[in-house]
Amino acid sequence: MKTQNVIEVENLSKLFGDFTAVNQISFHVKAGEIFGFLGANGAGKTTAMKMLIGISSPSSGKATVAGFDVYKQTESIKKNIGYMSQKFALYDDLTVKENITFFGGIYGLSKKQIDQKRCELVEELGLQEVTNSLVTSLPLGWKQKLAFSVSLLHEPKIVFLDEPTGGVDPITRRQFWELIYKAAHNGTTIFVTTHYMDEAEYCDRVSIMVNGKIEALDTPKKLKEQYKTDTMNDVFLKLARG
Amino acid sequence: MGILVKNISKSYGKVTALSNISLDVKPGELYGLIGPDGAGKTTLFRILTTLLIADKGQATVAGFDVFHDYKSIRNSVGYMPGRFSLYQDLTVEENLNFFATIFGTTIAENYDLIKDIYVQIEPFKNRRAGKLSGGMKQKLALSCALIHKPKVLFLDEPTTGVDPVSRKEFWEMLKRLQQKGITILVSTPYMDEAALCDRIALIQGGKILEIDTPKAIVGHFPKPLYNISASNMYSLINSLTHYEHTYSVFPFGEFVHYTDKRDPIDKASLKTYLEQQGLTNIDIVVTQPTIEDTFMELAK
Repeated sequence: MKTQNVIEVENLSKLFGDFTAVNQISFHVKAGEIFGFLGANGAGKTTAMKMLIGISSPSSGKATVAGFDVYKQTESIKKNIGYMSQKFALYDDLTVKENITFFGGIYGLSKKQIDQKRCELVEELGLQEVTNSLVTSLPLGWKQKLAFSVSLLHEPKIVFLDEPTGGVDPITRRQFWELIYKAAHNGTTIFVTTHYMDEAEYCDRVSIMVNGKIEALDTPKKLKEQYKTDTMNDVFLKLARG
Repeated sequence: MGILVKNISKSYGKVTALSNISLDVKPGELYGLIGPDGAGKTTLFRILTTLLIADKGQATVAGFDVFHDYKSIRNSVGYMPGRFSLYQDLTVEENLNFFATIFGTTIAENYDLIKDIYVQIEPFKNRRAGKLSGGMKQKLALSCALIHKPKVLFLDEPTTGVDPVSRKEFWEMLKRLQQKGITILVSTPYMDEAALCDRIALIQGGKILEIDTPKAIVGHFPKPLYNISASNMYSLINSLTHYEHTYSVFPFGEFVHYTDKRDPIDKASLKTYLEQQGLTNIDIVVTQPTIEDTFMELAK
């Protein structure tokens, strides 16, 4: 499963005026991989991710996501990826059921497919009691798990997660990672953008951006060996502080 | 002259935010309130800073009662709320001047206290607060909370959304403030920051799970803890979850943290079981529990 590249990036750059936000980054992500995309505030993570999800056009370089070109095939990219962020994922004033129906519809699923997906999802997450409750009334951890499952409704090849578990209690966070491992096990590629280093520890490989460039890219284990520390937090501090 | 909280409860309608909370923060202590979103941290801060009245219980801050002496408390404490609450359309310098004036002092009078922090944003003193980066906003908010030389400082999730470099700098600043004799109550959802406090209270669902020094809390972990790794994380978690001797199993970065019902653990039979499940590269090594492990054990 892990042989095919689903994201390929070569010398990708983004300039805003004379400011280089992303400076010739290159990397690839394999199918079913959990890839961590790290960087300090302002390092260029968000700009880079916006190019990969097809909402910002690069200044130069090449990239394909799920086999589609980031310049010319942005609509195909959007149909083949899922996205979930800590800040926005679901509509608080819609019920669980309504959110699933809404996002299923947005991604072009038929009514029959949506019904089937909804039953599976409600069953798997144990949400039977709250399907008709407003999302706002759910505990944060439930919301996060529901949001992740909703981002997978259309069976995307890749799902982009933006700081998915910040602030969530430790047990729920682990249940969330179990869902991620399961999705990855089933072949979905997971692209995690974060500056929480405890999230980085869970990834198969991580890249670390500093001032628009990728300064390190390897498994957490090898990075920790290379920088002679026990935690990704220390690896990050060594890189970012220079 | 620190903080004393006795049997405080607070509900919002049907939701119980705090349930019979008691703790004491000694003068000059750096005390951490550690818990996830929704644990009740902000409610407790609002009660102690006299912005909210508890349903039950008593509390004093710097020797003043939160109900009867609220005006004295407001003069004696600094409060940095979780959400950025300065005036976005005033400049850095105007904000600081405003807070100094409100408290009947001047920037010059207490400049010593904020100097370390303020020099880092002083080059931008004519910039509007709303236009600052996250790290700079945080430093300005801390400067404003300190400008009247408070006895007690309340910091509600000061490092949430802040990258590791700024987080580290922020904790170094807190240590320096502590050395100047300020009592500090700080809340955080990050378990790794707990280790930097003198004492911590673990809080979840409006209840205190435990109070002690970080070292003692880790020492209370009830069982030997093992790091287990193998070729496939998903299968490893599934296999361990269904193992008859499993007491707890939690993914923990590149490892699974595992405890066993048996004492002592039978490593060989565990390894054989995992091999039978088709796993390879199995490694089982005893490891030190962290505050997060203890938190999960207590919250179970």
